[in-house]
Amino acid sequence: MDLNLTTEQDMLVGMVRRFVKEEILPLELNLDPDADELAPTDKARLIEKTKAMGLYGLDIPPVYGGPDIDLVTRTLLAVEMSQHRAGLYAPCYGTFGGAGLAQLFEATEAQKERYLYPALRGEKKGFFGLSEPSGGSDPARAIQTKAQRDGDHYIINGGKLWISGADRADFGLVFARTDADKGRNGVTCFIVDTDTPGFHVRRVVHTLRSAHYATELQFEDMRVPADNILGEVNRGFAIANDRLTRQRIPYAAGCIGVAIKAQALALDYVPQRETFGAPLSTRQSIQWMLVDNEMDIKQSLWITLEAAAKADRGEGFRKEAAMAKLVATEAGGRVVDRCMQMFGGLGVAKDLPFERWFREMRIRRIGEGPSEVQRHVIARELLGASLR
Amino acid sequence: MNKPWMTVNDALAVLRGNLGVFQLADSQDQVLFIGFAGANSAFGLKGVVSDLLPDIEQVSQVRFEVTTAYHTRYRELLMLHQADFGALPPANPPLTFKLGKLSPA
Repeated sequence: MDLNLTTEQDMLVGMVRRFVKEEILPLELNLDPDADELAPTDKARLIEKTKAMGLYGLDIPPVYGGPDIDLVTRTLLAVEMSQHRAGLYAPCYGTFGGAGLAQLFEATEAQKERYLYPALRGEKKGFFGLSEPSGGSDPARAIQTKAQRDGDHYIINGGKLWISGADRADFGLVFARTDADKGRNGVTCFIVDTDTPGFHVRRVVHTLRSAHYATELQFEDMRVPADNILGEVNRGFAIANDRLTRQRIPYAAGCIGVAIKAQALALDYVPQRETFGAPLSTRQSIQWMLVDNEMDIKQSLWITLEAAAKADRGEGFRKEAAMAKLVATEAGGRVVDRCMQMFGGLGVAKDLPFERWFREMRIRRIGEGPSEVQRHVIARELLGASLR
Repeated sequence: MNKPWMTVNDALAVLRGNLGVFQLADSQDQVLFIGFAGANSAFGLKGVVSDLLPDIEQVSQVRFEVTTAYHTRYRELLMLHQADFGALPPANPPLTFKLGKLSPA
C-alpha cells in the first residue's frame, strides 16, 4: 500500500491549497464570521478560476462534464477546500461547484432534462427530503409521509424536518411511504417541484450552525405526477441509503480539513504565547494536546482515504465509510476543542474561527447519521447474519 | 418577532453592544427596516441602530432580539415579512442573496 501522493495528486492538492490561501482567506477577512456565502461578484469570479483550473464540478461524472477525478483524490482536495473559517459546511463557498443531488444521475432522460441538467448549469437548486419529525437515522421505519396513487398521480401528505435549502429550492427529492406494510421496501422517492400546490415550508429551524438554517416542510394533498418517481415504486430506500453511504466520505474529509487548519493555527501560536515566563510550547500539557491532535488527524485521514480507495476499486465500502464518518467527526471535535483550550480567551472569541468550528463540528456527530448509528452500521457489517 | 415595541429613546437607553436582530417601525407599527448587528459591527445592536436612525425617516419605534444566530434569524424575519406583506420592508435595500420562501401555517 503506497501512502504517498501521486505526482498528479500532489499537483492538484497544491493548486487547491494555493486557491484557499490566495483567494478564500483574504476575502474571509472582510466577511462576517458566520457568513456562508460570498458576494455574487466574488463567487462568479472564483468559479471562473476553478473552471480554468479544471476542477469545477468535482463530483460530476465525466459523461456530464465533470473532470473525471477518482474519489481518493477528491477526498484529498475536499480536505484542502475546508481549511478556512466557513470550510466545514461551505468549503470554498461553493466555488468548486458540485453534483448537487447525485441521485438524479440515475433519473430518466425526461427527468434529467427537467431537473438534472438545469441543476448542473446552476439554473435550478434541489433539496433532499428524507428526515421527518419521527426520525432521520432509520428512514425505513421513520418515514410516515404517505403517497397514495390517484390515476397517473400520487397524492402526498406528511412532513419533513431538518431539510436544508428547501425554502430556496426549485425542486426536491421527497421520500414517502407507498406501501405501509413493507418497511424499507415500501418507500418511494419523488421529484417534487416546490411550486406544487400543497408544498409548504412552514418554518425555519435554528441550530448551533448559525450561518445556515434547516426548515420544516408540510405536504397537504400535494399531487405529484407518477412520472416524477425517481427509480422504481417502493425502491426509494436504496436511493436514500446509497446517498447516506456516499455522503459520509466528503463529510469526514471536511472535518479533517478543519482539524488540520486548527492544528496549524495552534502550532503557530504556542511558541509565541508566553505564560509565567516561558512559551506555551514548552509546557508538556500543551505538547500532549498537540500530539493527541496529530494522532486524531492522521487516524481520521487514513481511515477516510481507505474508504475512498475501496469505493474507487468498486468494492463494498459501507463499513469503511461509516468508520470514516465516525472517527473524523469525533476526532475533529476533539482537535478543535483542544485548540480552543490552547488559545484561551481568544479561542472562544469570534475574532478567530475556533468558536464557529466548535459549534459546527458538534453538529457533525449528529448530521448524516449520528455516531451511534455509524457504530450500528459497523457492528452489522462485522457480525453479519448473526446479528439479524 | 414578538418582543415589545419601544420608543426610539427608550430603546437607545437599553440597547447594548450585543449581537442580534432588530426592526424599526413607524408610529402605526409598520415595519420600515429589518436588520442585524453581526460580529463585525461596532458596538453591536446599539451601534448599528444608532447609526441607522438618522437615515430612515418616520422611525418612531424599535424592537430587538439579542441572539448569536443573527444570520439565520435575520433571514427568517425577512422571509416572514415577505410572506405577510409580499415585499421587503420599504427601507431595506435590495438583497444580494436569494431569499427563501416561507408559508407559515
